[in-house]
Amino acid sequence: MSTLTPDLESSAPPVVITGLHKSFGDNEVLKGIDLTVEQGEVVCVIGPSGSGKSTLLRCVNLLEKPTAGSVRLLGAEMTDPDVELNQVRTHVGMVFQSFNLFPNMTALGNCMIAQRQVLKRSKAEALEIATRNLELVGLSDRMDYNPAKLSGGQQQRVAIARALSMDPKVMLFDEPTAALDPELVGDVLAVMRDLAEAGMTMMVVTHEMSFARDVSDRTIFMDGGVIVEEGPSIDLISAPQEKRTQVFLKRVLDPTHIEDSELGETEPD
Amino acid sequence: MVALLSSLKPTARQRVGRLSSYLVGIIFIVLVIVVADWPTIAKQFANPEVAAKMWPGIVTIALRNTLLYTIASFILGSLLGILLAVLKVAGGPLGWFAIGFIELFRGIPALLTIFAFAFVVPIAFNVQVPGGAVGAGILGLTVVTGAYTAEIIRSGIEAVSPGQREAARSLGMTSGQTMFWIILPQGLRIVIPPMTNEFVMLLKDSSLLFIAGATVQSKELTTFARDSLSQTANATPLMMAALLYLLVTLPLTWLVGRLEKRLDPKR
Repeated sequence: MSTLTPDLESSAPPVVITGLHKSFGDNEVLKGIDLTVEQGEVVCVIGPSGSGKSTLLRCVNLLEKPTAGSVRLLGAEMTDPDVELNQVRTHVGMVFQSFNLFPNMTALGNCMIAQRQVLKRSKAEALEIATRNLELVGLSDRMDYNPAKLSGGQQQRVAIARALSMDPKVMLFDEPTAALDPELVGDVLAVMRDLAEAGMTMMVVTHEMSFARDVSDRTIFMDGGVIVEEGPSIDLISAPQEKRTQVFLKRVLDPTHIEDSELGETEPD
Repeated sequence: MVALLSSLKPTARQRVGRLSSYLVGIIFIVLVIVVADWPTIAKQFANPEVAAKMWPGIVTIALRNTLLYTIASFILGSLLGILLAVLKVAGGPLGWFAIGFIELFRGIPALLTIFAFAFVVPIAFNVQVPGGAVGAGILGLTVVTGAYTAEIIRSGIEAVSPGQREAARSLGMTSGQTMFWIILPQGLRIVIPPMTNEFVMLLKDSSLLFIAGATVQSKELTTFARDSLSQTANATPLMMAALLYLLVTLPLTWLVGRLEKRLDPKR
């Protein structure tokens, strides 16, 4: 028997993925993923583009419908057609690569709309919570701005505040800094680090290896739709065991050596 | 002559061709000016005495009614258009109903639709459209406008980035809440220029209300001008009506151009 509603009090792992498969037509993107995220754990998912890491994240809150397998989110079986999808999603924040702020509302409006419409909070309460979260991400002086008037880094921090205003139990980050200019990445990562240190359960798809190593408890390396290697972040990033992980990390951490390794490992060490 | 032409260079030949076509055009205009019977034209189409008789009714009654009927059917029609567009995008049995409705009333001349609401529906179903002839006319225009604007609004809805829907759904909003609060406000903004165009079309189509019949006080511009034409045996009222239509449509058309430029993301 599967549960259809989220259990917010339980101390069970908030994300339990078993045997997850996802195909787009003939293209199988996820080929059997098993992954459990514990309460308060920060898990980073890394891997080359096309490895299926974003699809994995989008399957967690069912923005993509899994082809086979099971996703338990806050105790609710997300693949059950009768699951209270909106009720579960209310407690699971998501941050997108392209921010996806609502351009027809101010920063404050972005943080209030779902509180008002979904949680049915009073205007005063929603305003107070939105204000508090915008202060938390360092944007107390930008609350009445439209998204178009904000920099990419500011937009992404509004998006985080918007998700936090729903008091989520889990936060999903889908390459949150990939669309940002390099000098703006730091502000967003700092907010995410604060969040992690405050004990938020987080799944982060990212290319920021220093963030994965320094902030996350565990890192997953994906390639070709499977988890190739996983382990404590420091171990996996500093001393990867699998060949594919080593090649990937070498390219990402030291891009100037790409051609050396592609020319057939001529280094004598 | 032909030998002379073919001895010229291609660019020179083009220039000769263009010059001769201008020449033909100028000759035609001069002929019209010389041959036309200007005193009669002035008397028949721009007669100050007839114009004075039209005044101020052609503005205070006819133009006012035209604007009133157009605005009423535009507001009601746009609401219907939003409903049809949302149903069509949502799909399912109601989506098929919306598609049928849209295709039906886009495929029938507006004149026939108005005629149907004025005369066929009351007889066939023994119901009277509230507001009499005017009510039936506005209802007909509403239905036609709804069918046309539905397609415009649907294109606007589909132009909103899919990330907007995903963001709203990830916050736990239902598909209805997402449509109402996130997608529609953005989609409607995108279609402001084509909707303004639709308003201009509707303003002209309001002239079709003559088929439903009208009282002295409920005449719109075209009916007013036609009736005056038969009373005075003079076409000046038609000219005045045409000028009054242009008085409204030209600024609107100019406004559409401005809006299109302002909303163009490439600028």
